[in-house]
Amino acid sequence: MASLRSGRRTVVSHLCRAFTGPGSHLAPERGAPRRDAAPSRVSRFCPPRKSCYDWIGPPDKCSNLRPVHFYIPENESPLEQKLRELRQETQEWNQQFWANQNLTFRKEKEEFIHSRLKAKGLGLRAESGQKATLNAEEMADFYKEFLSKNFQKHMYYNRDWYKRNFAITYFMGKVALEKIWNKLRLKQKKTIN
Amino acid sequence: MAASPHTLSSRLLTGWVGGCVWYLERRAMQESPHKFMHLFRNINKQWITFQHFNFLKRMYVTQLNRSLNQQVKPKPEPVTSPFLEKTSSGQAKAEVHELRPISPPSLPLSRKANEKELIELESASVIEASIDVGNATKEEKQWKEMKLHVDDLPGILARLSKIKLTGPSSVRGVPPHKLPGACHRIALVVSTTSAGFALAPGPFDWPCFLLTLLGTGLASCAANSINQFFEVPFDSNMNRTKNRPLVRGQISPLLAVSFATCCALPGVALLTWGVNPLTGALGVFNIFLYTCCYTPLKRISIANTWVGAVVGAIPPVMGWTAATGCLDAGAFLLGGILYSWQFPHFNALSWGLREDYSRGGYCMMSVTHPALCRRVALRHCLALIGLSTAAPILDVTTWTFPVISLPINLYISYLGFRFYRDADRKSSRKLFFCSLWHLPLFLLLMLTCKQPPGGGSDKGEPQS
Repeated sequence: MASLRSGRRTVVSHLCRAFTGPGSHLAPERGAPRRDAAPSRVSRFCPPRKSCYDWIGPPDKCSNLRPVHFYIPENESPLEQKLRELRQETQEWNQQFWANQNLTFRKEKEEFIHSRLKAKGLGLRAESGQKATLNAEEMADFYKEFLSKNFQKHMYYNRDWYKRNFAITYFMGKVALEKIWNKLRLKQKKTIN
Repeated sequence: MAASPHTLSSRLLTGWVGGCVWYLERRAMQESPHKFMHLFRNINKQWITFQHFNFLKRMYVTQLNRSLNQQVKPKPEPVTSPFLEKTSSGQAKAEVHELRPISPPSLPLSRKANEKELIELESASVIEASIDVGNATKEEKQWKEMKLHVDDLPGILARLSKIKLTGPSSVRGVPPHKLPGACHRIALVVSTTSAGFALAPGPFDWPCFLLTLLGTGLASCAANSINQFFEVPFDSNMNRTKNRPLVRGQISPLLAVSFATCCALPGVALLTWGVNPLTGALGVFNIFLYTCCYTPLKRISIANTWVGAVVGAIPPVMGWTAATGCLDAGAFLLGGILYSWQFPHFNALSWGLREDYSRGGYCMMSVTHPALCRRVALRHCLALIGLSTAAPILDVTTWTFPVISLPINLYISYLGFRFYRDADRKSSRKLFFCSLWHLPLFLLLMLTCKQPPGGGSDKGEPQS
């Protein structure tokens, strides 16, 4: 919960910065022919130098979300940088939430199975040697409990996700318009010359 | 003489609907990625034939009546708990685990023993390193450049709007050729709309009919795209939906929204000015209901099921208003039939997907109010009998219809009762599969029993 709250504060501050003007931002890396904003989770992948696009990877084992390597262009505008940072931050926030969610679910499910088997007086292993399971009807109690327990958490997540998604799409639109405008201006200059 | 072109048109339409079903079945056999299509709100309305039904009976397929939550599992697969799942990737790690016990954390008695331990540890770490390198190169190959190729765009947009199904890798463990028949979602929405149009009284107007189908299809594309735009992280965590274009990064959210706008605007314009304003208004309302009410509600309250049922009920109403220009009793009857059908269909489906709903944070009756879930399913099975009796009273069909539809209605009610009483996976699956063939058959019977023009009161001319 605390991480979610701080995540929300970051989103709000991020959005404020985005709307009011360029705030403090990371100095762009220089020197390498291709610069990347790599996902912060361990990933040894490095896109080829000559590629100037983002790269998307396989689904993460914990969160099932696909990490993205963001490409940093040479002449990245402040708007593009804002967009990239927002996307990067949203990616990390999402990864963290879902990894936590899936792990918590699995852990609590195991504990539930454990306790039910104990209550029944059964061991953890069936006769075949495999681990014992409960049937769907017994598990239903757990699913109901898990859902109601995490309801508030899901509400906060939904709200933040919708906000971020809209913000990212909005900035993508702005960046696209900026690019079109720059291209038109360049064409105009060329025709004048 | 006025009767014959009309009867001819409705017969043609019956033939068309049958042909549509046949065509879909053929496409299903040919295409490798097979998946069920969804209605407006991604309701599992399976437009399947009896052959598909048999196919399905062999497969353990569960479909979710809500977007994101469909899971197709290979048959037979016992319900495995996380205990059985390996957290590490396969065999490689198992080898490492085997090596480790060789070097126990005991005090070395002699230097020789110490060296031996070191060598073993080194070999273990070397193997681990090489395994890691192997894993890393494998992982690297799975990274894809997020560059949009224009050639791929039509296919990607088809998947975004759920015209086309996703790729073969979308179903874990099930080879593509074993997947059940394809049901193109847009075709389903269009089919229910055309059923509504065909059942409406008045002469059959082909241009109006085609415009209605096109407009409804475009509006449905738009709604589906927006739905996928909202649900990216949730889709990633569900097996059926994890290969959607936005999840895979094949297109950007901006492109998805732009595509949705480019479909919605012409679609609604076509309905409003090409057909009539009432149909256009219903189209806009349905898009709004699906994207702004149903999609967020899925995670907030169980009321989403009822909203979703309304979303599914609107296309036939639109077909009716397109033909007649007004919302009369017949339109509400058709809407009511589709509305009632949603509940046994979806509730039965959702019974087997409670784990996914719970993990994904979806508020569904089957998880939070299981008794209500079964009660509502049974209630609406019985309502279908009542609605089929109301059809001749409202001059939509002849009295033959309630009689010939009684066997299938009784059968689905019986399965609904079994589901209510037994509340287990077996009865839920039976009810679900029954609902898949029940609806197409029900609508076909309605079409064949349509009230001829002389019998009913004249409704308004279709406005075009």
